[in-house]
Amino acid sequence: MSWTWFHKLASPPHAYRILGTIAPWFGWASLALILLATWWGLVKAPADYQQGDGFRILYVHAPSAWMSMFAYVVMAVAAGVGLVWRIKLAHAAAAACAPIGASFTFLALATGSIWGKPMWGTWWVWDARLTSELLLLFLYLGYMALRASFDDPQRADRASAVLALVGVINVPIIHYSVNWWSTLHQPASVTKFDKPSIDLAMLIPLFIMIAGFQLYFGWAVSRRLRGEILRRERNANWLKEAA
Amino acid sequence: MTPRQKRMVTVVAIVAGVGIATAFALKAFNQNLLYYYSPTQVHAGEAPASRAIRVGGLVENGSLKRQPGSMEVTFILTDYRQTVPVSYTGVLPDLFREGQGVIARGKMDGNRFVAEEVLAKHDENYMPPEVADSLKPHMDAANSATGAPATAAATPAPGST
Repeated sequence: MSWTWFHKLASPPHAYRILGTIAPWFGWASLALILLATWWGLVKAPADYQQGDGFRILYVHAPSAWMSMFAYVVMAVAAGVGLVWRIKLAHAAAAACAPIGASFTFLALATGSIWGKPMWGTWWVWDARLTSELLLLFLYLGYMALRASFDDPQRADRASAVLALVGVINVPIIHYSVNWWSTLHQPASVTKFDKPSIDLAMLIPLFIMIAGFQLYFGWAVSRRLRGEILRRERNANWLKEAA
Repeated sequence: MTPRQKRMVTVVAIVAGVGIATAFALKAFNQNLLYYYSPTQVHAGEAPASRAIRVGGLVENGSLKRQPGSMEVTFILTDYRQTVPVSYTGVLPDLFREGQGVIARGKMDGNRFVAEEVLAKHDENYMPPEVADSLKPHMDAANSATGAPATAAATPAPGST
């Protein structure tokens, strides 16, 4: 099997150029979709039959929670590719994902807590869903701390990649926790092999918001990865020629 | 095997190994991960009587009573098989209502469960009020169906609203 195409894609100057081209597309498309979904979710969508207008925090909470897991899987896959194929750019991509994923995790926990106080009657409970999501935040923070503790970038890459791979087990646990154990958190409304348990008028803005968050992630990773490439390649000839 | 294939095997082994270890650990701690007991489990003696536990179920229709002049409420928790009478003093969450899933934390005192905290459990259904109204006959029918096989004495009448 020939991996030349793969290694070409992984060459820093090539990647730096491509990322620079696609980032604005991601950015503007994400802004447009998030604005549309905000208006649709806050104004046009009907109120819930039990929660009234309080349910609308769902439009931030559910996409953030989804992205917190999505970003982790991307990070772990990038770290695994970096370990197997010894591609520095893959490690750089994993490093670029971590702070974004950590932010999404924090946002999911914070919005869930704000919703939980009036609806459940508590800010926080130690049920399987909430605890595993909190563990995800610590995995992101641990990953970032581990990277920061090495002076040698290559050792930082390898050690943190192992942590990223070990932690990926937590992602299916978060997702299935509500089915495996009795939790205070409700089971899935959308991602199940059945008709979604959420009315179509509320589901459409949710999907638009998730698409907007995905594109935002693409934009943020592209930007961070460009910065990461600049930092790692600061002494390389192609950068000096470009400057 | 080339070095790259070896590294590939290592990565797969890490993920598989941690996965299996986690699966065993979670299986061992399964009981501790249960956030609450059902009324049936309480009646079967599966919940410890000496320390504080959580009991989760639906608030039986027509069972909610407020004591005049105090914050005390009493209601009956049901899982359509067994019931547990609960008393609680304090503020109830927004989603608390009859027919709604709730989780009460407290201790058994004889036959009565004295709750220190009552949390409302939200189900996974989101819909506008009009849709909920149009679904109501179906939902009551579904509730009666799940309640039907349970023992007659302990079964509440879910369709009574």
